[in-house]
Amino acid sequence: MSQSRTDYSQQTQWMLAVRDKRDRHAFVALFDYFAPRLKGFIIRSGASPHQAEEIVQDVMLTIWRKAASFDPHRAQVSAWIYQIARNRHIDIARKENRPMPEELKEEPGIEPDASQILGLEQEAGQLRQALANLKPEQREIIEKAYLGELTHQEISSQTGLPLGTIKSRIRLGLERLRHELKDLKQ
Amino acid sequence: MSAINHHTPDAMLAAYAAGTLPHAFAVAVASHVSLCAKCRVALEAHQAVGGAVLEDTSAVAVSSSLKDSILAQLDDPFTPEPVYDRNGIYPGPIMEVMKGRAPKWKKLGMGVRQDILTEDAFGSVRLLYIPSGQAVPDHSHNGLEMTLVLQGSFSDETGRFGVGDIEIADETLEHTPIADPGDACICLAATDARLRFNALIPRLLQPLFRI
Ligand SMILES: [Zn+2]
Ligand SMILES: [Zn+2]
Repeated sequence: MSQSRTDYSQQTQWMLAVRDKRDRHAFVALFDYFAPRLKGFIIRSGASPHQAEEIVQDVMLTIWRKAASFDPHRAQVSAWIYQIARNRHIDIARKENRPMPEELKEEPGIEPDASQILGLEQEAGQLRQALANLKPEQREIIEKAYLGELTHQEISSQTGLPLGTIKSRIRLGLERLRHELKDLKQ
Repeated sequence: MSAINHHTPDAMLAAYAAGTLPHAFAVAVASHVSLCAKCRVALEAHQAVGGAVLEDTSAVAVSSSLKDSILAQLDDPFTPEPVYDRNGIYPGPIMEVMKGRAPKWKKLGMGVRQDILTEDAFGSVRLLYIPSGQAVPDHSHNGLEMTLVLQGSFSDETGRFGVGDIEIADETLEHTPIADPGDACICLAATDARLRFNALIPRLLQPLFRI
């Protein structure tokens, strides 16, 4: 299925090159795409421009070092980086280590399932479209929630996004991984 | 092991992804997600929304030296943070709070034991050991309480909670959880700090003590 790799989004191709080949050119491409967005995002979530650059540096180094835990069957590059950025920001701002769920690691050498990866990318694209189609005030609430500006009580009163189809895609990726982890342990 | 019936509310998963849950509740959510594929999927869906928000955020130019500074550090040696694996009934996030040690039980009477793992101005995380037939020690909620079952089960006015189930209680819930017959019930209880000050300080003063 490796011929399908060229159908993946640019970000996914860069990230896989970083993960599997430690490709520095791909890392630079990721930096050029994500670092300015990360800086804007971190400033919006309350950091000074100077502090934001420190966090961007931290996030980019984490991307390089933790690349092995990126699984394109379950997460878009942007979703994976989003969680790293929130974690690093909180770790630095609150000086505490954020508790993380146990990691389910993709074992090296497992054939990628291109249709699952492309399916997830498609769902994520539709989610982004749904977000863009929201009324501005509704969209602002969603952005505030994911920028970390709302408590869970405030989030529970917001109108939900349609997350059903992306959930079923992620579930397929998770089932595939669980199945393989089980096979490997036997 | 029976299936999980009581899950993390969706708004809490979104808040966990965004990092706005107090540490104590984040421990409970991360532990539940470690045990529950359904909530892991829901959490990863929230991360996808976060990723979409990140991608659509207006870019702000980074300083010219940032890229070189990062590239120069790629080969630096670094020590990965220790990863705490699940140990018996204790999921990784709880092992991390315990720094890999075993629970240090303190007797509370009637066979009930507890181990306070963390306690600060923002909340507390404790393990509770309740022999079958015993009630959870008398408590009221003046804030939020999340209870995650790790072994055995308990029942209260709202239902039965088995391994992996999470109960969310707030000031509106008056309950008397009792450990079911069988194995002793071991659970993780996370509260925010207000519960601790309930009996000591008039409610009006509480906000002063929260931070
Ligand atoms: Zn769940
Ligand atoms: Zn209670």
